[in-house]
Amino acid sequence: MMVFPHKHLLGIERLAPEDLTTILDLGDRFGEIAARPIKKVPTLRGKTVINLFLEPSTRTRTSFEIAAKRLSADAVNISGASSSTVKGETLLDTAQNIDAMSPDIVVLRHAQAGAAALLATRIRASVVNAGDGAHEHPTQALLDCATIRAHKGKIAGLRVAICGDITHSRVARSDVFALAKLGAHVQLAGPRTLLPAGAAELGATVHDRIEPALEGADVVIMLRIQKERFGAPLFPNTREYSRYFGLNERRLALCQPDAIVMHPGPINRGVEIDPAVADGSRAVILEQVARGVSIRMAILYLLGGGEAGAE
Amino acid sequence: MDLCLRAGRVIDPRSNFDSEADVFLRDGRVAEIGPGLAGAAGPGTRVLDVRGLWVMPGLIDLHTHLREPGQEYKEDIASGTRAAAAGGFTAVCAMPNTVPPNDCRAVTELIVSRARAVGVVRVYPIGAVSKGQKGEELAEIGEMKDAGIVAVSDDGRPVMSSELLRRAMEYARTFGLPLIQHCEDLTLSQGGAMNEGVVSTRAGIRAQPAAAESSMVARDIEICAMTGARYHVAHVSTAESVALIRAAKRRGLPVTCEVTPHHLTLTDDACAGYDTHAKCNPPLRTTADLAALQEGLRDGTIDAIATDHAPHSPVEKDVEFEQAAFGMIGLETAVPLSLEMVRAGVVSPARWVALLTASPAHVLGLPGGSLAVGSVADVTVVDPESSWTIDADALKSRSKNTPFGGRAARGRAMLTIVGGNVVFAEEKRFG
Amino acid sequence: MSPRLPPPDADLVERRELLDAIGMGRALRRMAYELVERLGHEGDAIYLVGVRTGGAHLASRLAGMIRESGDTPAPTLGAVDISLYRDDVFHGLPKPEIGPTELPESIDGRVIVLVDDVLFTGRTVRAAMDVLGDYGRPRAVKLAVLVDRGRRELPIQPDFVGTVVQTAATESVRVMLKERGEWDRVVLRERRA
Repeated sequence: MMVFPHKHLLGIERLAPEDLTTILDLGDRFGEIAARPIKKVPTLRGKTVINLFLEPSTRTRTSFEIAAKRLSADAVNISGASSSTVKGETLLDTAQNIDAMSPDIVVLRHAQAGAAALLATRIRASVVNAGDGAHEHPTQALLDCATIRAHKGKIAGLRVAICGDITHSRVARSDVFALAKLGAHVQLAGPRTLLPAGAAELGATVHDRIEPALEGADVVIMLRIQKERFGAPLFPNTREYSRYFGLNERRLALCQPDAIVMHPGPINRGVEIDPAVADGSRAVILEQVARGVSIRMAILYLLGGGEAGAE
Repeated sequence: MDLCLRAGRVIDPRSNFDSEADVFLRDGRVAEIGPGLAGAAGPGTRVLDVRGLWVMPGLIDLHTHLREPGQEYKEDIASGTRAAAAGGFTAVCAMPNTVPPNDCRAVTELIVSRARAVGVVRVYPIGAVSKGQKGEELAEIGEMKDAGIVAVSDDGRPVMSSELLRRAMEYARTFGLPLIQHCEDLTLSQGGAMNEGVVSTRAGIRAQPAAAESSMVARDIEICAMTGARYHVAHVSTAESVALIRAAKRRGLPVTCEVTPHHLTLTDDACAGYDTHAKCNPPLRTTADLAALQEGLRDGTIDAIATDHAPHSPVEKDVEFEQAAFGMIGLETAVPLSLEMVRAGVVSPARWVALLTASPAHVLGLPGGSLAVGSVADVTVVDPESSWTIDADALKSRSKNTPFGGRAARGRAMLTIVGGNVVFAEEKRFG
Repeated sequence: MSPRLPPPDADLVERRELLDAIGMGRALRRMAYELVERLGHEGDAIYLVGVRTGGAHLASRLAGMIRESGDTPAPTLGAVDISLYRDDVFHGLPKPEIGPTELPESIDGRVIVLVDDVLFTGRTVRAAMDVLGDYGRPRAVKLAVLVDRGRRELPIQPDFVGTVVQTAATESVRVMLKERGEWDRVVLRERRA
């Protein structure tokens, strides 16, 4: 029997390692459905999943939508802005209005940390955090782990390098929590201006150049450097960033010969990752996207089965 | 009616008095203090038995936001002073970040007259440093002084420009006014919603480093040295700031500072669960900072305990953490929270009393803070042992934004007396 | 949150043995002969699809017996997992492990024989037919069960049966299999009062 004793998925930080393995195992099962002629099972028929995406995202939203539909749930997408001054309604009012229509699951992406947690205390539906500011992006970390496990057979003992804008990255935080819980050795690397206070206490070794992190790495996860960041004096320009902190063939050679290259997307070709590496044989970026659907199916299945309010 | 407080432990730091005695208040002044006076009380005297309680000068809060004019939905002078009285305060200093801000005589006069009409305790307005608190031009400090301000501050915001700070200090000095600074280098803090550290990194919240406060304290101290003006650091929160202030005092500079009860009792861990009631500015810091603040209380570096009572409605607080307004109410929780410093052995009862009475009075040159015969009869009676649970909804403030709801508290104001009149009496004992 | 668990197996008490190992073997062999007799000469090989997990093990045994009989092409063996098709997903049960659904050959146009250990309400078989429907369009679907314990809630009847037993609603029929580390037997159990 699988037990997943949680009503919401708000982050990796509070999950037990067994919870992570349950989801990963289930994700593998759901991956088979994508290989069938009819890519649908009736499991969540009659359930309603609302994707409340208050921060732009096409790929994650589409991934959740496909996941819901493959489980025969009804998926509804609501997009908008995170700032209530723009749309004139607070997050809670928006969520409570939606909740009044009795959805089973609300998937929330929001520009501010803690938004999913705020919702979870105030609505009846289960809440899935699809990214809250710089805090967590749990489904991304889970699909990253699934991808790593599929290629390496395990996660414990692997050397994983996560490189880029760690300060602003919810993917980095969730990845560190998940990989550390499953026994990997995580290295965080980036220019000092993009390393947050107390990063070492998240459960990783911290470097201010990426070469020491790449040395002998089994897995490299490159993070997107957002061009908007260059307004603040965090980094001079993209050329300098790609020169000193980008993943090119030369730096890739520092890793294990069978190391895999990952990226949560969308990639900035030529900035954090060279096109040759992104399109090269060791990159598994598109596979991550495929696993994203099956992981999200696993999450929706675990949260959507069981009676509402069964907690 | 004359009043006699019988058999309390009278603590008056300014007179070095700490002993059981009766206190006789007549015609709004302290008439006599001594043992066994109650027996001689005539029919025109109301005798209140305060055995087992502490009798002290009326508490003075150097830092309160009354929100009137302009934000009366959060608090106003009537409700705010009622909350002050319930917390044991006989006087509050009202910060100028109202709407419109108190940057001119007209607004000062409005506050003074409203306080006279509906205020339950004394209200001393603090005027803005700059017009509109924009940090560009000096406000009409001279006229505000005539209208009754006791200090200048742009609190809510820092005075960022060194040039403006220098001129403001010089000008305020001309009128005998101290300058109170909210120390926060805005270019370093970048609107960070909590203290920058391990907790903020785990929670993914944009944060401000401790150096945003201490770097400004350091700069301000130099400008204070240059101008010789009286300079007071509002709500000090970091170990580095305390060290800088300690050194400044050793240099003989006219630097003073205050600390809030919440900075003495909570750390940034309180923000880990995104509780917006724990969001304040300066933010809650680390255990090391908390220890340094307590040491600063103990060794006299910190002059006063002030609440920074900052009422906000659910509109401002029931939102995402980074979006929520900064601040928590504090008038009614100051006594039990700050008494924890006495219980922890950080300060003696007499020093605790001084931090809330004689010392704030001294910092701003206010009347009060003393029970010497002839002083105005502003008296607070506290039960240091009273056990109660803090219930946000039961507080008298119009706003309920406190992270201390549900907390078991020990210590409570029992009687608050302003000018010889009882403006607050705790129901169970004196109802 | 603590999930609401089904009544634990420990609550069930064995009342009597319906088939022992020999009886089981005999019943399965008879079913295998019937399968060959009725379906073995149609052209295509017999296509057995076991319903996980009990039915899958039995299908594998039947496939072995049919192969040994020699006078029909080697049967095709598949298995379906109905966990995602159950109609009781929402009843607060902790979720069963989901096994893979494996259909080595296309089921389009074939005669499929679903194999399960116990036929009770019929809901499992209905779910299994839904799974098949998402994989293709068989020419026909037949049902083979080791034990038919009656008390149907849907209009489903087996085409090949090992044994028929009348049971009460409070009773439970359990097929124990050596593939699962148990002694081969079929037992009738009752909930402890």
